[in-house]
Amino acid sequence: METHLLPPPSTIPPTLLSEIKTGIWQSMVIASLRHYTIGFVVGSFLGVTLGVAVALFARVEAGQAWLARVLRPIPPLAWIPFAIIWFGITETAAAFIISIGIFWINYFTAMGAVQAVDKDLIEVARAFGHRSFPALLRKVILPGAAPGILSGLRAGLGQGWMTVVAAELFGIEGIGQRMMEASGLLATEVVVLYMFSIALLYGVSDYVFVLIQQRILAWQR
Amino acid sequence: MAKVIETRDLAVAFGKGDSPNIVFRHLNIAIEEGEFVTLVGVSGAGKSTLLRVIADLIPAYEGSVKVETEPDPGSRPIAMVFQAALLMPWRKIDANVALGLEGINVPEALKKERVERTLALVGLGDYGERWPYQLSGGQRQRIGIARALAVEPDILLMDEPFGALDAITRTALQDELLRIWRETRKSILFVTHDIEEAVYLGDRVLLLGDQPAHIVAEYPIAIDRTERRESEAFLKKVDEVKAGLEKAIALTNSGDRSA
Repeated sequence: METHLLPPPSTIPPTLLSEIKTGIWQSMVIASLRHYTIGFVVGSFLGVTLGVAVALFARVEAGQAWLARVLRPIPPLAWIPFAIIWFGITETAAAFIISIGIFWINYFTAMGAVQAVDKDLIEVARAFGHRSFPALLRKVILPGAAPGILSGLRAGLGQGWMTVVAAELFGIEGIGQRMMEASGLLATEVVVLYMFSIALLYGVSDYVFVLIQQRILAWQR
Repeated sequence: MAKVIETRDLAVAFGKGDSPNIVFRHLNIAIEEGEFVTLVGVSGAGKSTLLRVIADLIPAYEGSVKVETEPDPGSRPIAMVFQAALLMPWRKIDANVALGLEGINVPEALKKERVERTLALVGLGDYGERWPYQLSGGQRQRIGIARALAVEPDILLMDEPFGALDAITRTALQDELLRIWRETRKSILFVTHDIEEAVYLGDRVLLLGDQPAHIVAEYPIAIDRTERRESEAFLKKVDEVKAGLEKAIALTNSGDRSA
């Protein structure tokens, strides 16, 4: 088999060693992690906050429905030209692209999670004296929506890594940029090395997330 | 004796506009301090709705509800037990029982003690650290009762609290409720669709029916509670209330006579 069609596994460890020795691997991973983290935090925060708000206020919901229908199907990558115009070829531009996909996932799951909160439990809280909006939010709505919100965050975790590579295609340092370079030189073993690197990063972050999630949701069967 | 709850020409309606859907109208009831009153009625007559308007969870459409209790800063005047236990699944049992204590001015240590005391009162003293899903249906219902008792209310509103339980658990909880009532002397308004339960528990049985609904009959139960369940007098009373309910159902179905 020609080795550039699919590099033999034996080529991966030496490739990794040389990428580490030159320091490229570390700096690419750190750069991508940085875009990813910023994009994840911003996208998740805005998505959850707006999703919760829209679910709580019926008037906002009616107003947003069409806006969401128009914006939602646009793939994050289509925003690349605007990201460059607005932020330049910067880390912020990459983080912006990453945050878009994460935003939508969290927006819709948080909205659904809040809408699905048991109305009877809200009545119970009111019957026991918790009648103000902040009290109901804290005592019933947010804990009740927590399982849904957390699964949205987890889905965003994966979605974010899928966009990291693409968000770096236009010249921002990171794993995606390195993969583009390598594929231009048909250095498929380098491409595969970074594919594995992404898988590893995602695997670790998802594993840690599930541990935290299980702690928060210890009350579930 | 002092009246703790009194409604005057109370009406509740759902829906707005010119033709709201009247649930009941001209509803007049009075509950004396320490009294155990049970409420049965035609389905859809608004039994649960009445409890909710007394608890100020929904507004009155006409008339008024007067709740008169001794104001005590460390308690809530009214507490409610629901048909389903409706525990917050994300709170451990002790935190569920403490729900109504949050926001009232009682020192933390005293709150903790009250939660423990109430849990012991419903026979689940060792369950504070568990999650709701780890309890059976009957146990959860007891926690629902403990949650209501923990706020030391003067009035206990109970909305078919044993309706979803099996017969044996139901009987046990009825006797437990009577024991708690004797120990704490709360005023209780207890909604049920089970006539035997109504006659077994109540000092008085109120019958809600007609269209729009109001109190169509009232049955004082003058049988000693130790004599209930099986005695001739008890069974006769149950039949009497049953006959009354059947009449009320016929009246309700005899056409819309709403004003």
